Amino acid sequence: MIVFQNVWKVYNNKSVALEDVSFKINANEFVSIVGRSGAGKSTILKLLIGEEKPTKGKIFFGQYEVNKLKNKELPALRRHIGIVFQDFKLLPNKTAYENVAFALEVAGRPSSEIRDLVPQVLDMVGLLDKARNFPHELSGGEKQRVAIARAMIHRPEVILADEPTGNLDPFHTAEIINLLLKINNLGTTVILATHDKEIINSLGKRVITLENGKVIRDEEKGRFILV
Amino acid sequence: MFTVIWRIIYYGIKNFWRNAWPSIATIGTMVIALSVFLSLILFNVITKKAIELIQEKIDISVYFKPTTSEDDILNIKQSLETLPEVKKIEYISRDKALEIFKESHKEDETILQALNELDRNPLVASLNIQAKDPSQYALIAEYLSSPNLSKFIDSLSYSKNEVVINRLVSIIHTVNQGGFIITLILAIVAGLVIFNTIRLAIYSNRDEISIMRLVGASNTFVRGPYVVGGILAGLISALISIIIALPLVYFVSPYLKIFIPNLNFFSYFVSNIFLLTFYQIIFGVLIGAFSSFVAVRRYLKN
Repeated sequence: MIVFQNVWKVYNNKSVALEDVSFKINANEFVSIVGRSGAGKSTILKLLIGEEKPTKGKIFFGQYEVNKLKNKELPALRRHIGIVFQDFKLLPNKTAYENVAFALEVAGRPSSEIRDLVPQVLDMVGLLDKARNFPHELSGGEKQRVAIARAMIHRPEVILADEPTGNLDPFHTAEIINLLLKINNLGTTVILATHDKEIINSLGKRVITLENGKVIRDEEKGRFILV
Repeated sequence: MFTVIWRIIYYGIKNFWRNAWPSIATIGTMVIALSVFLSLILFNVITKKAIELIQEKIDISVYFKPTTSEDDILNIKQSLETLPEVKKIEYISRDKALEIFKESHKEDETILQALNELDRNPLVASLNIQAKDPSQYALIAEYLSSPNLSKFIDSLSYSKNEVVINRLVSIIHTVNQGGFIITLILAIVAGLVIFNTIRLAIYSNRDEISIMRLVGASNTFVRGPYVVGGILAGLISALISIIIALPLVYFVSPYLKIFIPNLNFFSYFVSNIFLLTFYQIIFGVLIGAFSSFVAVRRYLKN
């Protein structure tokens, strides 16, 4: 479903972020991408959503060849993907409800459907009672749950989570990871970029390990090993 | 499609309302800039009226020889009236000239006495000619000095006033041209001020714009609400600028009337208020929408 084929990403002609990266991710997989800061985790996610273009190589997502998409065609691609960020990236001027609804509105879904779906998903992440609150009135864990609700509401084929627990304490971290596992069990592919050893070792799922822009390990039921 | 347009308008209004402070700041700047624009329009009206007033005062008088018959004079008047440059001709007969003369010297006993002692009217008949444009007096004077006309004519006031008329013509020309250039420059400045204000307001929203893009919003969907907001700010600012101008014009109007009696500034303003509001709205809305459109574009790149 997702294929990286000999992908290179070089910034400013000199700093190499990714070096000949190839991997394949199948539908319904839960894959963790691990590595130190600057190893290229975020670059992989940015390439996948077309925020950056690869210097060399091909990236496939379903029917799309991402590296060939024009700026105008990106919104359509991104409606197949749900993204969760370390810094939440909620819209500050919209309530929790509106933030979640926004992902459906941009896809042009009818209002009646939005009114049905948003409370359901907010209920699933346990925030129905905070629907009318603005992001600055929510705690970090709550914000991230709103972000997850937004990422999953349009039933994307893939959820990308870029260090989703980076700003959270261990309790909320476990909460978020459990949510991601729940989403994965419902049939959505999850790609989790993290450098949190605890998480990786407790998951027991596929791990792709990056070092200096290269894939140094790709194993089923992987563990966090960095030398 | 309809859902998308409706959502764009809904969000435009809602964001405008929720970001009350930035919106008020934008409106404040726009009101000032639009007021400059409005005062430019009004200033042009005032100068136009003042120039009209000066032009009314300029004319040339043709004094005929006492031997010229009234029929000849009226023939000449008729032929002059066919000239495209001529706006208005007034015929002053010898009797009327005497009347005017007596009227203007009624305080002066000696002159009146001297007049009474003469057994005939010493004054000559004349034509007062007004041109449509002051620069055309030279042409009319030239026409009058052609040989078949000049045999009836005693003198032309133009030759005496030529220098003054030419100077007035050049002053009027300069005022018209200078007024246009100043209007243009200030209108551009007003436009740039609005553009920059909106650009700054949108700059502070750049993170939001990138988030919307990441969630899969199309460029139209991201940009639309900002353009709606710009239109809204333009509309509100236009109305406020007119409301502010109304009492100002009311107070200034009587003072202007002293200098320019043919201008009733306030009634001009009131009777043209819909047209003026329309100009303001067009200027405000166009520049608001355009500025938002351009300002957002820079953040839609990735």
